[in-house]
Amino acid sequence: MPLTNQQIIERLTEKFGQDIFDIHEPYGLLTFTITKDLNLKVLRFLYDEPDLGFTFLTDLCAVHYPDNVGKELAVVYHLHNLVENIRIRFKVFAGTEQPDVFTATGIFESANWQERETYDFYGVNFVGHPNLKRILNVDEMDYFPLRKEFPLEDQTRTDKDDEMFGRGNLIGLN
Amino acid sequence: MSLPEYHVKLPDGSIEKQTTTLNLGPTHPATHGVFQNILELDGERIVSAEQTVGYIHRAFEKIAERRPLYQITPLTDRLNYCSSPINNMGWHTTCEKLMGIKMPKRVDYLRVIIMELARISDHLICNSVVGVDTGAFTGFLYVMQYRELIYEIYEEICGSRLTTNIGRIGGFERNFNDIAFRKIEKFLEEYPKVLKEFENLFSRNRIFMERTQGIGGIDGQRALNYGFTGPNLRAAGIDYDVRVHKPYSSYEDFDFTIPVGKTGDCYDRFLVRNQEMYQSLKIIEQAYRKVQEFKGTDADVFHADAPEYYLPAKEDVYTKMEALIYHFKIVMGETNIPAGEVYHSVEGGNGELGFYLITDGGRSPYRLHFRRPCFIYYQAYSELTKGSMLSDAIITMSSLNLIAGEMDG
Repeated sequence: MPLTNQQIIERLTEKFGQDIFDIHEPYGLLTFTITKDLNLKVLRFLYDEPDLGFTFLTDLCAVHYPDNVGKELAVVYHLHNLVENIRIRFKVFAGTEQPDVFTATGIFESANWQERETYDFYGVNFVGHPNLKRILNVDEMDYFPLRKEFPLEDQTRTDKDDEMFGRGNLIGLN
Repeated sequence: MSLPEYHVKLPDGSIEKQTTTLNLGPTHPATHGVFQNILELDGERIVSAEQTVGYIHRAFEKIAERRPLYQITPLTDRLNYCSSPINNMGWHTTCEKLMGIKMPKRVDYLRVIIMELARISDHLICNSVVGVDTGAFTGFLYVMQYRELIYEIYEEICGSRLTTNIGRIGGFERNFNDIAFRKIEKFLEEYPKVLKEFENLFSRNRIFMERTQGIGGIDGQRALNYGFTGPNLRAAGIDYDVRVHKPYSSYEDFDFTIPVGKTGDCYDRFLVRNQEMYQSLKIIEQAYRKVQEFKGTDADVFHADAPEYYLPAKEDVYTKMEALIYHFKIVMGETNIPAGEVYHSVEGGNGELGFYLITDGGRSPYRLHFRRPCFIYYQAYSELTKGSMLSDAIITMSSLNLIAGEMDG
């Protein structure tokens, strides 16, 4: 019988209980959030359990939500079970004050550069990463450019404020 | 693998190191400064390799956060520029998935034709460059005229050749003209023979086999762990192909097989890419026949009915109020995108090209992340080359098909 989102979430809640929350399925892709410190345990559980078998890390990236005080940074994992052909996505949230998240490099080699990229652009500190340094930007850079407080446009321009993009005052632009 | 002791013997008390540091290149077109490989060599044997990427990083993910959706298409061109139409279509299908636009079958088939042509042009460059790096220049020059023909087909459809910006969200900008169809026919007729000749030149060629077999190999489990996708993963024996596993653009309507290799070495990667070109030809042929079956008004369908996102015809803009409004809103980027979170991927030339798009109801993405297959599997380069000869490192690099634009994003 093919693996379904329902079964996956049952297995996870059975094991981790209240630490799995905010479960929804945008466009059919099972998405949930977990407590920050559990990311490795969940990854390991999903990887090792024979009936789950999420052995392929499709994508790892971060998102910045400046209004979500204390939990500004979301690290997003996309996993794929290639045998059952099912994908899941889960997130952990960390604050910009202390953005420590455990590294997945112990499980997936592919996480190495993806975590470096995430660190490079968002400043997520992957605890235990073997070589956490900038990868695409110059080493001397002293900020994390994909965070929302760094506007893309020249700040002296007045003709192109964020009103034009339908979402009012963006922080950092005023 | 344990390395033998270093071959270079230094006199006692010497402070020199036993290995040589070498900045590899320029061999590949992109090693003229776009990416860098620093090798530690013991004689001619590689002890370790360190890759540096990022020299053509253009901050696409940041730029995308300030652009309306249709202005992001040209950014995707510049990821894997050997097969930009696939990237464009990947982006269009992502947006369509987000907004729930259903494509007419004819548009899907036309897209499939373009994507498979792009795949052929991508694989053809990669394989012929592997040939060049093993010392056979002829194949490269010979197949180049068919890449030219593919580019001419793009030109008929969208007007440009390399960075195509082909199609629109919701379809194509115009219908394919007769010249485009005739050129596709010409390609279908002539290319199989050329590909056969190209294959004959290499696949049983003693020199080529000796240079590529057992070089840069990786086993399936390791490849998965390193996040390999596309031909490089399939060469290691794992039949994962997004076109089959998560079909998009009606790929489920086509009959084709996924070629797989066994050892994951340069030779298998070469064979897999070659076989994939045959499969692509098969798909194009089927798609072409399906497109020809549309008659009458059905044959004029080249876009979906999505007035909010698809630019109206110019004559309507001048005569109809609705069309004028939509035209203005689209061009000025004033269309609100529904809030949502979507991950969509297509089978690019190098593997799974993913788009992770988060929108918050504004007019540009809140966050857009590209899953760039090259960037992910290039990490394995140091493991692939460890312990091999210097000349093997060069072939491994070209047979992985590293495209700097895709790597740096």
